[in-house]
Amino acid sequence: MENLVLDNKTKKSRIPAWLDLTQSGTGLVLGLFMWVHMLLISSILLGKGSFNFVANMMELSFLSPTGEGYPIAVVLAVSGVFTLFILHAGLGMRKFPSSYKQYKAVRSQMKLLKHEDTNLWFYQALTGFIMFFAGSVHLYTMLTHPDIDPYISAARVVTSNMWPLYLILLIAVEYHGAIGLYRLCMKWGWFTGKDAKKSRAKLKKLKKTLTAFFLVLGILSLIVFILIGIKNKDKNQEISTVIIPTTIEQTIS
Amino acid sequence: MSNEEKRTLTFEILRYNPQIKGDTPKMKKYEVVEAPGMTVFIVLNEIREEHDPSLQFDFVCRAGICGSCGMIINGEPKLACRTLTDTYPKGIITLLPLPVFELIGDLSVNTGKVMRQMSERVESWIHDKDAENVDLTRIEERMEPEVAEEIYELERCVECGLCLAACATKRMRDDFLGAVGFMRLARYAIDPRDKRSGKEFYDIIGDDDGVFGCMTLLGCEDYCPKDLPHQTQIAYLRRKMALGK
Ligand code: FES
Repeated sequence: MENLVLDNKTKKSRIPAWLDLTQSGTGLVLGLFMWVHMLLISSILLGKGSFNFVANMMELSFLSPTGEGYPIAVVLAVSGVFTLFILHAGLGMRKFPSSYKQYKAVRSQMKLLKHEDTNLWFYQALTGFIMFFAGSVHLYTMLTHPDIDPYISAARVVTSNMWPLYLILLIAVEYHGAIGLYRLCMKWGWFTGKDAKKSRAKLKKLKKTLTAFFLVLGILSLIVFILIGIKNKDKNQEISTVIIPTTIEQTIS
Repeated sequence: MSNEEKRTLTFEILRYNPQIKGDTPKMKKYEVVEAPGMTVFIVLNEIREEHDPSLQFDFVCRAGICGSCGMIINGEPKLACRTLTDTYPKGIITLLPLPVFELIGDLSVNTGKVMRQMSERVESWIHDKDAENVDLTRIEERMEPEVAEEIYELERCVECGLCLAACATKRMRDDFLGAVGFMRLARYAIDPRDKRSGKEFYDIIGDDDGVFGCMTLLGCEDYCPKDLPHQTQIAYLRRKMALGK
């Protein structure tokens, strides 16, 4: 109520500060998580055994007497990530152009200046927008079918036709995450060192290197999954029942 | 430079006078023979003298001090008096007025109005409730030389407005304060004579029109003709405002 009568200049709420901190905080956690996530997935490049080892670790199999692990651990982790994801998306959305007029202003500015960091921001917003959808589908799948195994994952990629989604997601995540982490450093003044300009140039180079590295890693891993998926196509039919929700399966049959 | 070696530069300049009814913005071409040490500012004078006396652009000092001659030169916000024509090997130079500001005509924009609003918004003066009771017969309290130097560094801003013209956030959201305002506020925030509390500074810039609205696109940092440390300064304010009381 007091906002109705109080001049906005006289007293400002602490909420914008919290929103800004939360946006940065969730972005930081998600960005770093995505790099780790990619590294873990790329264990498939070392063979199915390595991938299984990582998957079992994720399912905390070392804690269970039978060694089977607890898929619930994955569900909990995915739920956590999903929550952060939604929170981050909601907060990030505030920065999007909110009308055609604003969109036009950004595009006109990009054309006028050809300024790299302005362009990067636009691509970050765009990839963020793509992830609203692509990321949600992936997270929901992992939430409802938390099984991680080279064959199941490969069946998901090939038989369930998830590979185009994963490809889009990979590109979007790697660009969005790296630009975001670079921007976080700039935003809060991390790793400024003695010469802010030099540190920025270094961080930008690092950002580009990491994007390239993770993109290559991701594409190679995806190719391996596709190969496994194609090779085991017959078996996939059985496996895919694991990943198609039972209700749908019943409707089909 | 012998006569034969002299280049002929082509200038493409946006011409538009909003005062003239029915006038529409158009790009006009002018050719000028390059002279040694020539700046864009010198060219503009020559065009005005020899080609078209109606060309509008601003200048005062011709030495990068007054901040009047900001414009977009080949896609970069720059001061015309500090931009040498020989930085453009192709010899084709496009001049546009700064966005964000109200257009007076051709390359002339009203930066004064925005700067004045900015000064009022950040209350660009020393705030001290006890100022009335200061004993004027006594010598002013000493300030650490490092602090004085730091204030001096931030005061080098010439209010040319290039930081605002380079800011996509400002272009999207007109109410956004922008780098020039943050720099000014930071100057007072480090001044020990200004007794405003962190909370009081927060009440000026603690929202999305203020420091939390900055999306760190760094146009200000990249195009400031005075090389002011915008990035570090805004980051400092952001930390102070987000974490401070
Ligand atoms: S004329 Fe003063 S800065 Fe260019």
